[in-house]
Amino acid sequence: MTADFLLSLAQAITKGLLTGMVYGLMALGLSVIFGVMRVVNFAHGEIMVVGMYLAWMGFEYLQVSPMLSLPVIALIFFGAGYALQRVVISPFIGRPEHQQFLLLLAIAILLVNACLVVAGPDSRGVQMESQFDSYELGPFVFDAVRAHAALTAVVIAGLLWLFFTRTRTGKSIRAAADNNLGALVVGLDVRRLYAFTFGVGAACVGAAGALMITIIPVTPFLAAEYTLLAFVIVIVGGLGSMTGALAGGLLIGVSEAVAGLLLQPSLKSMVSFGILILVLLLRPQGLFGKSST
Amino acid sequence: MTGRKTFTRRRLGQSALAGAALLGAPLPLREAFAQGAPANLKVGLLLPTSGLQAQIGQACRRGADVANDVFADMKLPVKLEIVNYDTETKPDVARTQAEKAIDAGCHILVGAFDSGQTIAIAQVCEQRGVPLVVNIAAAPQITEQGYKFVVRNFPTAPMLITGALSLHKEIFKISGKTPKTAVLMSVNDTFGTAMINGIKALFPKLDMPYELVDTISYDVAAKDLSVEVAKAKATKAELLLPVSRLNDAKLLVQEMVKQRWEPMGVLNPGAPGLYEQDFLKTMGKYGEYMISNVPWLDPKSAMTQALEKRHAAKFPNDQLDLNGGFTFEGVLIAAQAWLAAKSTKPGDLMEALRKIKIDQHVMVGGPIQFDSKGQNVNIKATAVENLKRKPTVVLPLESAAAPLVFPMPPWNDKRRT
Amino acid sequence: MTFLTRLTGGVPARSLWCLGGLLMLLLVAPALLGKYGLSVLILVLYFAFVGQAWNIMMGFAGQLSLGHALYAGVGGYIAAGLFFHYGIGPWAGVFVAVAAAVAAGSIVGYLGFRFSLAGVYFALLTIAFSEFTRIAFDHWGWVGGSGGLFLKVDSTSDILNLRGGPLLFYYVILALAAGTFILCRALLESRLGRYWLAIREDPEAAQAVGVPVLRCKMIAIMISAGLTALAGVWNAFYYNNLFPETAFAMGRSIEFTLAPIIGGLGTLFGPIVGAVVLTGLGEIFTDLSEVFHISGLKQIFYGLALLVIVMYRPAGVWPWIADRFGFGEKQK
Repeated sequence: MTADFLLSLAQAITKGLLTGMVYGLMALGLSVIFGVMRVVNFAHGEIMVVGMYLAWMGFEYLQVSPMLSLPVIALIFFGAGYALQRVVISPFIGRPEHQQFLLLLAIAILLVNACLVVAGPDSRGVQMESQFDSYELGPFVFDAVRAHAALTAVVIAGLLWLFFTRTRTGKSIRAAADNNLGALVVGLDVRRLYAFTFGVGAACVGAAGALMITIIPVTPFLAAEYTLLAFVIVIVGGLGSMTGALAGGLLIGVSEAVAGLLLQPSLKSMVSFGILILVLLLRPQGLFGKSST
Repeated sequence: MTGRKTFTRRRLGQSALAGAALLGAPLPLREAFAQGAPANLKVGLLLPTSGLQAQIGQACRRGADVANDVFADMKLPVKLEIVNYDTETKPDVARTQAEKAIDAGCHILVGAFDSGQTIAIAQVCEQRGVPLVVNIAAAPQITEQGYKFVVRNFPTAPMLITGALSLHKEIFKISGKTPKTAVLMSVNDTFGTAMINGIKALFPKLDMPYELVDTISYDVAAKDLSVEVAKAKATKAELLLPVSRLNDAKLLVQEMVKQRWEPMGVLNPGAPGLYEQDFLKTMGKYGEYMISNVPWLDPKSAMTQALEKRHAAKFPNDQLDLNGGFTFEGVLIAAQAWLAAKSTKPGDLMEALRKIKIDQHVMVGGPIQFDSKGQNVNIKATAVENLKRKPTVVLPLESAAAPLVFPMPPWNDKRRT
Repeated sequence: MTFLTRLTGGVPARSLWCLGGLLMLLLVAPALLGKYGLSVLILVLYFAFVGQAWNIMMGFAGQLSLGHALYAGVGGYIAAGLFFHYGIGPWAGVFVAVAAAVAAGSIVGYLGFRFSLAGVYFALLTIAFSEFTRIAFDHWGWVGGSGGLFLKVDSTSDILNLRGGPLLFYYVILALAAGTFILCRALLESRLGRYWLAIREDPEAAQAVGVPVLRCKMIAIMISAGLTALAGVWNAFYYNNLFPETAFAMGRSIEFTLAPIIGGLGTLFGPIVGAVVLTGLGEIFTDLSEVFHISGLKQIFYGLALLVIVMYRPAGVWPWIADRFGFGEKQK
């Protein structure tokens, strides 16, 4: 009995880790944008839903697997994010939070309903054989699509890390994030860097959307749920911290899975919100965040 | 109507005089006069065509969109003016839209899929004395509140369940296989809770051959059901009873295949999900042989055939299911009430609704009739099995379009193609 | 009369006349409008009222709450539950409901302020509490769980139990909205109001000059939560059914914030003007999009309108109107 229980616990944790990795990737974009611009992207889930729809359209009309369309979607999202920041969001940097909130809320409403008008209200999913596959490793059963998605998420996170630590633009962005004034003084084009950051953040979310569609079908109105989930994850991990976003994703993924096993599954998001409240109160900078001054 | 007749000057003068007199007449007289005209019953159709429930709301609307064509095919001497209103999946919008519809002159309202929105509309209808035909909404409270202007042509949650569970026994009898245990998996929303509570309350009374070993409820926005399915599998139940929506139904079956859980059958006791077009499409062969015990379109009825034809012609990419069927029937009920009342006055229409008996309709069951509470108790549950990617009626036998397959073949069985 | 003069001090006479005219108009409005018009006006007043309540926290004291559905939900559920289970009418039940919401507000506020969460962090804390409560109510049998709580509807009018037609609810919400308007004016003119503004502008400076910051913020959230609970009770008895899914929805919390932000944060007329603009636009866009038969078009118009307003009138619509037409208070 106990051996059985331990096994199912280990199973649940594995599942949580796999799902959590994709959650982490989704939250990464939110964290990057906040870390640099101090703008809280309330349209985050909506942007991801658009990514899911693009991947679905690629699959449905062009027969391209979401894994293959992922780089293209990331690229499109980079461009769109860059433009969005330049044209709409840029004037709002440094403005009061409620104005940023309203701006992004308006964008969110537009995106969701554009999806409704264009793609219709039906739940859209891709059909792949791998959705029904699993890998067995001893007593463990790994979910194939989730394993693929988690691996891809790791690769993308790695690329992002390389970008921020090895490239000139990436280093400049980090410099601007650490010290806005200093960056201006040494002559960095902060406005361009901000747009670039929003582009990178959007690309992350777009990529997460392409992975997500392999796991779960999309409908326009799930977007708000994702926004909320992304927020929970980044706050738990530490708003603005990349490691934090990934770790937060894993933590929430695992806690949901374990809570589902031990409690009634419908209570599991209550556990996530409980964790969020505790983290906010006891360590508001998040588990991996730098303590702010 | 009179276009062909030649007008003499005198006649023209007379009719002008009559027209003027009519305009000057008090309101009841004008309404009385309007009765004679055959094409002006204004039906307000309130559905959530945007917002969270947009998918089902739009499926409902498609059933009403072809109603006039079907009436023409069936030689029903009516043509309705159907005005669409979007409740945006919000009760407050449902309420203002109902007021708006009545102010715009709608004589009867049809709607509104969801219980909360339906109750918001029902209150307006009560206060303004305008009949409401409920197309879909399962909360028992709707017909338990003593409303005088509300009729419901949809089973309540307990009716759905009683129908489903008695069909289970029939399924076991025909197939000769009876499972000993069952596990209930349910989405934890309004509908799911009503169903779970109903099942738990009715189960002991119905003398079921299997035992319910566990109930697993999960969040409506679940993104992953692996743990839930693992839990259900661990109960070693021989039968799965899912009360699902669409997205979670897909996750559920994917997980079952991945975790190689092969119960004797998957019997949906009255929920959406398993029979929906998108489920069948995305699940492919793994969606086959699942059975939903829901009210369904009677394939043997001539009107159903007409509806299916018109629906397929107008919406070639959309499957006609119970949402469209019941909404069509809602409009049909309005039309028949009008024919019986020979009046568009709300009071007369309501009077006609109370006495109505519609033999020719589309859903499986006896004639449409409403009891003193306004509930149609003649709706029958069916067993709809997914066969060749199409939900197909297999029970009751008199409406069956194909033979029942039970137990469900394993995931790798050759019959799944 | 000193109280009245204090309330009206510094307000231009034309503004007072306009205000009186508006109130008269609202009092006779049901006779002038159709039933549909009345139901829209009810919504306007409802959003103006909740907006006013929310504005006390955000507009006056500068604390961004995105979880006000919590207070409306708790208030509505408790009053409805008492009526449903024990036949305790809302006029009595409302005290329990408000007390419970104030208690909930105190918990959220105390934790948030004690641990000095500000801005987005505080906002997320309020969301987290609201969602947490939603799931708890989903599993709480006394209130019907996620199956919902249904009040019995009968068409008889019974003012003692707040049962009746739209007209009754119209005057109740009108009284609430007008009462809160006066209350807010009084609060703003009081010492507490000035403390709040000081905290909003610069909490640290306020602390430094001796403003009891924690206490002032606590009072703000308690008043705000209590008023929002009133709106929740009204809402529960107007619609007669409650579901955790909608009562505690984040979407509802966000709806509450829109009118004051669009109208003008921290102003008395902001929530009212915002509610008129938003509800009015909503109805106009509904009519417009009906022409095209495309679901979702209305919300696209709506989103565009929000975008335009926040881009070109970031401080809200009311301050701009007040400037244009000389309704503004003289600078003191």
